[in-house]
Amino acid sequence: MNFPKELRYSKSHEWVRIEDGIATIGLTDYAQHELGDLVFVNLPEEGDELTAGEALGDVESVKAVSDVYSPVSGTVLQINEELLDHPELINEAPYDAWFVKVGSLTEEEELLDAADYESFCEEEGKN
Amino acid sequence: MKLIFEMGAPGRGSELVPECRSSYVLNTALREKPLHLPEVSETEISRHYTELAKQAHGVNDGFYPLGSCTMKYNPKVNEEAAALPGFTGIHPLQDVDDAQGALEVLSKMEDMLCEITGMDACTLQPAAGAHGEFTGLLLIKAYHTNRGDRNRTKIIVPDSAHGTNPASAAMAGFDVVNIASDDHGCVDLDALKKAVGDDTAGLMLTNPNTVGLFDPNIAEVTRIVHEAGGLCYYDGANLNAIMGIARPGDMGFDVMHLNLHKTFAAPHGGGGPGSGPVACKDFLAEYLPGIRVLTANTLPDAVCASDFGITDQENHYIVSRADRSIGDVRSFCGNFLVIVRSFCYILTLGREGISEAATGAVLNANYMMHGLKGHYRMAYDRVCMHEFVVTLEQEKQERGVSALDIAKALLDHGIHPPTMYFPLIVHEALMIEPTETESRETLDEAIRIFLDVLKQSEETPDEMSQYPLAAPIRRPDEVAAARKPIVRYFRE
Repeated sequence: MNFPKELRYSKSHEWVRIEDGIATIGLTDYAQHELGDLVFVNLPEEGDELTAGEALGDVESVKAVSDVYSPVSGTVLQINEELLDHPELINEAPYDAWFVKVGSLTEEEELLDAADYESFCEEEGKN
Repeated sequence: MKLIFEMGAPGRGSELVPECRSSYVLNTALREKPLHLPEVSETEISRHYTELAKQAHGVNDGFYPLGSCTMKYNPKVNEEAAALPGFTGIHPLQDVDDAQGALEVLSKMEDMLCEITGMDACTLQPAAGAHGEFTGLLLIKAYHTNRGDRNRTKIIVPDSAHGTNPASAAMAGFDVVNIASDDHGCVDLDALKKAVGDDTAGLMLTNPNTVGLFDPNIAEVTRIVHEAGGLCYYDGANLNAIMGIARPGDMGFDVMHLNLHKTFAAPHGGGGPGSGPVACKDFLAEYLPGIRVLTANTLPDAVCASDFGITDQENHYIVSRADRSIGDVRSFCGNFLVIVRSFCYILTLGREGISEAATGAVLNANYMMHGLKGHYRMAYDRVCMHEFVVTLEQEKQERGVSALDIAKALLDHGIHPPTMYFPLIVHEALMIEPTETESRETLDEAIRIFLDVLKQSEETPDEMSQYPLAAPIRRPDEVAAARKPIVRYFRE
């Protein structure tokens, strides 16, 4: 399982990279592994306002539909439209398959670093 | 196998339809190209449908413990009743005086469903369970809106709910608030108290819940929601466990649906037709959709019986519409012949039989749970209602054998797999619902097969991904089917 050190992570299994006031958000390797092969992705629209802790979209695997939560509050600047036609990219390279880029950030959730997130996932796997 | 469109030859047919004598239809046809209909002989049709039946597994083929779906046997007498020419030969637009028998069935069915559920009024129009949920939520919305209480936008749904609950709420324009279950898979009262407020439109709940347990705090749950000003919706998917024993209306629910194709033995599967009547308390009746079947005795005060030419007050049925109806949710009276089948089922069982069916369903589930216990791990090790959930999580971690592998292996033994990977709160779940219509011998045989398959998975775990070997279709590529679905036939 891959936990890139330069990223930060939410407990609902999203990764975040914040650079120059812009947050790039995706789904972690652990999440894609637990969900299995993804077959459908729902993304917000550019210009949508996101609230930290609320769903920004959802992903569907053969097993189930799951919400994807936004770890930040702000405005959607760009969405990764490629995912809409190719949800398998999330399974293949979860840290390249970003979902949204968010600007005008006003708030962010308490996020974990790679080491803390890795031990959080280990705990979750035991339950 | 070939599709029926790929069989036959031009001009071949069984000539079952007489030549059309009306020129009206042809002159107004808008279609530019002729309709591509199969042209096949009766022999080909017969073999085609027999081949289709061979590819499937129905209740008539063998044990079908598909959890949450109540795949009980569908008595043949119901088919006989539904085939009566008095039911098949009528049209929904014909004069009500000529359809009194059909209206009597609708009226008495509504009365019986109200009695079974503890509700006051009922619509038979919705065509399936989720359709009923949507209808019920529109009633809740109409209730709040008509009171001028427009800030109630949230529907509370426990995380153990059927996936259709949040979907129906979203379709009806509500925001969905999920609350976690407690250690027993029941509603966490503290979480519920925190979730309710003046923006709560209502709660949706299945009881017994999706892990097959009756929520012991149910009266408290509905009280908390009512005190916050919300209404309570009962998902009737699991009514088979309690019908004739306990009533959602008495538990404090305001509106609910029933699945006639589950609980009341109408045929089930293959995409329908189903029937999902919605029953409600008096204060919601004015919003009900569709036609209301009334007798002179049940006419609203404002309506004069003589206006309808009614003389015999007891036995003459008329149709009307609710004052503030949400409008039709489907054409006419819903899937009428499905309603006839379930009407026949209820009359066959009677007051005693309805509750015996429920106790039989609960007994069979506990019998099977007991037979599997100690081998399969129970997700909740308590006396269950009509179904129970086992978890293969340990097997998955220790030897890579998943719930899917066990389910697929059962197919080779003539058993339809249980529901898999549901509810979501149990990992590697298999949800088993034997229903009351299976004999003790069938259950003993099924227990033996379940245990054999588990043993097989211990001895040869690597081979488990191969099964089924004997089924007409082995392991379809579910991912490809979901990513690139072919949902219609294109002629080359």
